[in-house]
Amino acid sequence: MKQHRLFWLIAVLVAALALVAAACGGDDDDEGAGGETTTEEPSGGALGTVEIAPGEPIKIASLQSISGATASLGTDQVRAIEIAIEDFGEVHGRSVELQSEDDGCAAEGGTTGMQRIVADPQVVGVIGTSCSGAGVPASQIASEAGLVMISGSNTSPSLTSDLEGNANDAFQPGYARTAHNDLIQGQAAAEYVFNELELTKIATIHDGDPYTEGLATAMGNAFTELGGDVVLATAVNKGDTDMRPVLTEVAASGAELLYFPIFQPEADFIVKQARDIQGLNAATMMAADGVLSDTFVSIPESEDMYFSGPAQPEGSAYEEFVGKYEEAYGERPIQAFHAHSYDAATLLLTLIQDVGEDRDGTLVIDREALRNALYETEGFEGLTGTITCDEFGDCADPKINILQNTAEQETIEQVQRNVLFTFEPSE
Amino acid sequence: MSDYGAALRRRGLELFSFTGGFLWAVRIAAVVVVIWGAVGSLTEGRLTFDQWKNLVVFGLAQGSVYALIALGYTMVYGVLRFINFAHGEVFMSGAMIGFFAARELNQHGLWSDRPVLGILIVLLVCMTTSTTVALIVERVAYRPLRQRPRLILLITAIGASFVLQYAFRGLFGAGVKSYPSIEALQGSWRILGFNVIKTQGVVILIAFGMMALLYTFVERTRTGRAMRAVAEDQETAELMGINVDRTIVTVFAVGGAMAGVAGLLWGLVFQQVFFFTGFLPGIKAFASAVLGGIGNIPGAMLGGLVLGQTESLGPSLVLSGLGVPSAHQLKDVIAFLVLVLVLVFRPTGLLGERVAEERA
Repeated sequence: MKQHRLFWLIAVLVAALALVAAACGGDDDDEGAGGETTTEEPSGGALGTVEIAPGEPIKIASLQSISGATASLGTDQVRAIEIAIEDFGEVHGRSVELQSEDDGCAAEGGTTGMQRIVADPQVVGVIGTSCSGAGVPASQIASEAGLVMISGSNTSPSLTSDLEGNANDAFQPGYARTAHNDLIQGQAAAEYVFNELELTKIATIHDGDPYTEGLATAMGNAFTELGGDVVLATAVNKGDTDMRPVLTEVAASGAELLYFPIFQPEADFIVKQARDIQGLNAATMMAADGVLSDTFVSIPESEDMYFSGPAQPEGSAYEEFVGKYEEAYGERPIQAFHAHSYDAATLLLTLIQDVGEDRDGTLVIDREALRNALYETEGFEGLTGTITCDEFGDCADPKINILQNTAEQETIEQVQRNVLFTFEPSE
Repeated sequence: MSDYGAALRRRGLELFSFTGGFLWAVRIAAVVVVIWGAVGSLTEGRLTFDQWKNLVVFGLAQGSVYALIALGYTMVYGVLRFINFAHGEVFMSGAMIGFFAARELNQHGLWSDRPVLGILIVLLVCMTTSTTVALIVERVAYRPLRQRPRLILLITAIGASFVLQYAFRGLFGAGVKSYPSIEALQGSWRILGFNVIKTQGVVILIAFGMMALLYTFVERTRTGRAMRAVAEDQETAELMGINVDRTIVTVFAVGGAMAGVAGLLWGLVFQQVFFFTGFLPGIKAFASAVLGGIGNIPGAMLGGLVLGQTESLGPSLVLSGLGVPSAHQLKDVIAFLVLVLVLVFRPTGLLGERVAEERA
């Protein structure tokens, strides 16, 4: 009897799951069918066109990290995208519909999320991803499907170019970003350490993530170029807790400063355990935007530490945006890249406005023309500055700040205001 | 052609079989690689002698925490022949509730003014929590399934692990919780020429004390003898008048208490806990238990200590000497590689399994 009951319980569970799955799948189908009205030959470029029937909305998607340890990074950006869509208003007299997917801040999440997005042929473009690790596979899928993809927080150099005219491995046509390239952040950190702190020996630690590895390498290369010496370039794992052995190596290497642009909680362990290692203290440590949060700067041992990160935007337009954000979500922006994503979304909508053609009430968007228009963007005024795209998708107007957490700063906002040095690449 | 000749040939084939030769080659290669790396690192003079000694102490502290958790895995395996994958979460629950106690004590100044008393109170809280959680899991998830095939218990254990993780996430949030630090434990002691960070010294002391206590309990008391009897043969033990149910409950309780101690020690050394904290230490402790010989209590202790040393010394001593870049990223790789090597050459672990006979 008991076994029968268990069997039925499982059968019911399976059936319920199947129903839920079917319901979700059904939704997608309905939405997909809604837009397809014309069957005539696509008249546009090699990537085809998106044709939107009269009265149908324009569809764009967001692919951000909205769950797990980095959920605040993506949530902040999704909110900014929603505000951008509302601010922009109608495009060719149509409303804009946002499909929100999760990139999970990892390659797997980027793949599944983007596959869900490209499954709907009506989606014109994507704002995302939050994390460079997710961006690598996602940009490939988006590119193959002919979409344009603009990220507001991918900073890994691998996704675009070396800024000297050579594309990097992971660059995909159709991909662009309004966040800075970490080669610039690495340069900023290196110049500060070498010129201002006048140190000549550094050690770097990354955690294997494309973002952290890219930034640590960029910093190391820039530092070597300036004439400094990277005495130790090493790495830890995500999930590691005992950093004392690796910190012992850092102390033994004779490094005068340790640059560890990684995430929490691994960064917490490094800064807390460094106290126990002779020759290491917070005044000789520097991290990056991945740890610019209240929970990190409130660690007592992080006092006197340096940080590199994108400068917060200024100006009345940004203040207005923050006001809308606060009104809609009940708190001030929670991370560093909301303004970049706002600009990314506004840029995408502007491009659709420019490229889309009205043909007897049907809106036709040529994917190739949209992609070309993206790379031709020049002098687009956004919250983060003047956006001009190069041919490999680096569009940002980058300003990198070097910050310090001293005894006077308690919260991240205060640390963000304690700017020691601002770096802007010379044109 | 005599039978003798045939037997000899078979013998010869066995001795010089391909697998045998391959295993010997692996053995020799492993030893050569380790020696090569170690000699390389030591002659390079990158780390001072004091720093090497520090690494040994770090490994000892980390290893003793693994050892405490590993005891729970090995004891449960001893009596029930399955891996209690929820044990990592039992450890996490102790560390988590211990955090709330420590925070409360810290607010009343007890944590830094009277650290010994503070640590004792939190230790009790951690042990009670972990024991309670272990007992609840045993009662709710395992006891009803004890007569079923072992595989069902194993899957249930994984399920219980998820339930606990996400229950704690739901109850206390996903954020990382930071243990307050103890003023009196800042700095380090100089013991026998070793530079011991005070927190790690306390951790090693408590861990070894607890392990000694547990060993005495299992070897010298009636309940301990009952546990060993049940591990040996459940049915015969029952025939001899041992209350098997109660003995199994005791095993879970003792294993849970050890995990609770580990929870406090974790809070002291790493000062952080969140709902996922139990996962990696759980896996490592499971590896320690297997390394030492699953079911074998001294084995679990030894396995934990060996694993701790491997993690601490391995990257700097062996990998850096071989010129491997970013050696510390491969910490887990060497830890598990050592496990694989030990299992290849001593399938029953360092000290051997203490399992009387395989039961169906």
